[in-house]
Amino acid sequence: MVTIMAEINQEDYIISVDNVSVRFNLATERVDSLKEYVIKMLKRKLLFQEFFALKDVSLHVKAGESWGIIGSNGSGKSTLLKVVCGIIKPYSGTVALRGSVAPLIELGAGFDVDLTARENIFLNGAVLGYSKSFIKQHFDEIVQFAEIEDFLDVPIKNYSSGMVARLGFSIATIVKPQVLIVDEILAVGDYAFQKKCEKRMSDMISGGTTLLYVSHQHKTVREMCKKALWLKQGRVEMVGDVNTVCDAYIAEQSNKVTG
Amino acid sequence: MNWIKLRLQGFYKYKSLLAQLVIRDIKLKYRRSVLGYVWSILNPLLIMVVMYTVFSRLFRFDIPNFPVYLLTGQITFGFMNEATNFAIISITGSGGLIKKTYVPKYIFTLSKVTSSLVNLFFSSIALWIVILATGVQVTFYALLFPIVFIELYVFTLGLGLFLAQAAVFFRDIQYIYSVLTTAWMYLTPIFYPVSLLEEGIKVWALRLNPMYYYIQQFRDVVLYGQMPEMMTVAGGVAFAVVFLVLGAWSFLRAQDRFILYI
Repeated sequence: MVTIMAEINQEDYIISVDNVSVRFNLATERVDSLKEYVIKMLKRKLLFQEFFALKDVSLHVKAGESWGIIGSNGSGKSTLLKVVCGIIKPYSGTVALRGSVAPLIELGAGFDVDLTARENIFLNGAVLGYSKSFIKQHFDEIVQFAEIEDFLDVPIKNYSSGMVARLGFSIATIVKPQVLIVDEILAVGDYAFQKKCEKRMSDMISGGTTLLYVSHQHKTVREMCKKALWLKQGRVEMVGDVNTVCDAYIAEQSNKVTG
Repeated sequence: MNWIKLRLQGFYKYKSLLAQLVIRDIKLKYRRSVLGYVWSILNPLLIMVVMYTVFSRLFRFDIPNFPVYLLTGQITFGFMNEATNFAIISITGSGGLIKKTYVPKYIFTLSKVTSSLVNLFFSSIALWIVILATGVQVTFYALLFPIVFIELYVFTLGLGLFLAQAAVFFRDIQYIYSVLTTAWMYLTPIFYPVSLLEEGIKVWALRLNPMYYYIQQFRDVVLYGQMPEMMTVAGGVAFAVVFLVLGAWSFLRAQDRFILYI
């Protein structure tokens, strides 16, 4: 593994995460108000309890590869995706990403519940960096894929969570991005829609899109991805072929349950 | 220079987001109200009527054309007050979006101040109604009012950016700020004449008060029909530039830490 990596030029990677650590100050010790701040400072108690969500994590992804990221709750999977997207800046280490990204961290994150679906399509498109004319061109396509033709002028607050997810997925995947980042988002949709989304993702991968995929359902991870990264308490536990890593992870998880 | 170019490219990519956020604010403001956008004009008019009634009976200031004097001060200060009060919660209120997607964070503050600017243009219609109704001698200098608005907008944006980033770390700022703006409003000659101020306080109310520079310029061009004094314009521009630089600097310096606190 190491020797192969050394031969490959850094330029070949579409995503390079090198020795990244992310530090949070634990929420219990968060100082929100000026009064608290002054009191704590006088008492010399302004020491934060530090918590590393990611410790010294490296990940190198070549264009066209599909990677699954697995691990138990709180192991840092979502944090890693957010670092790659640029939502969180790492405390130490570097992240380099070349090419366009479609981040699907939470479907419909940019929706305003008081606006109608029609208005939200333009708003959410703008959040993703698309121009108004671009959205206009693809408007029918978005509505068709989300299957919400009859509810276009209804405020989003009256939508079911599955409908919101459909619309969010439909807008985010309207362009073929070079990198698609997906974080456990399809859980709310029904079976037919999950399959539809998986098909669209597979089509993108066969079209050359790079995928980073987080899910607890190892079956889908095995189907969608060729390689996998296992995170355990913020550290990389294992990297390699998707089946090898998934098997090792499941073996450890079942040990926990039985032992 | 390269750094500035990158920032401008980033802004260009998200310019349609700015437009969408401003449109959202304006659409949602009057959704489900019967009179809708008419309120934007009616509101300042009605407030002016109340203030006019109170102050013309209680204090009897000797101010020619008191309604226009009052309204120019009121909509100028009102814009700054509304815009900064929205700006202060613009980052903390957009937590959902900031945690889930990557967008330049200043867009949220910029869009709030810009929505208020749109409201200011609506309020200006109320002002023109009163100007025509009270028979003010309008001159060509009135066409200079956009220059005053630009100075005011830049100043307010700078102050808004500073407050927005500070409020992420100390939520108390919003409560302190509402007290400060009340004091600020009474210190500014909005409904009383400048001559009423004592010598000692004049420095604070006039020289060191950015809002006075904008209100004075606005009154010069629309009410008195004259060119504002060079010193007033220079002071207004200087305050705008200094506040924008300070606001943008403090915001950009703090923005990577926002996600840990919202």
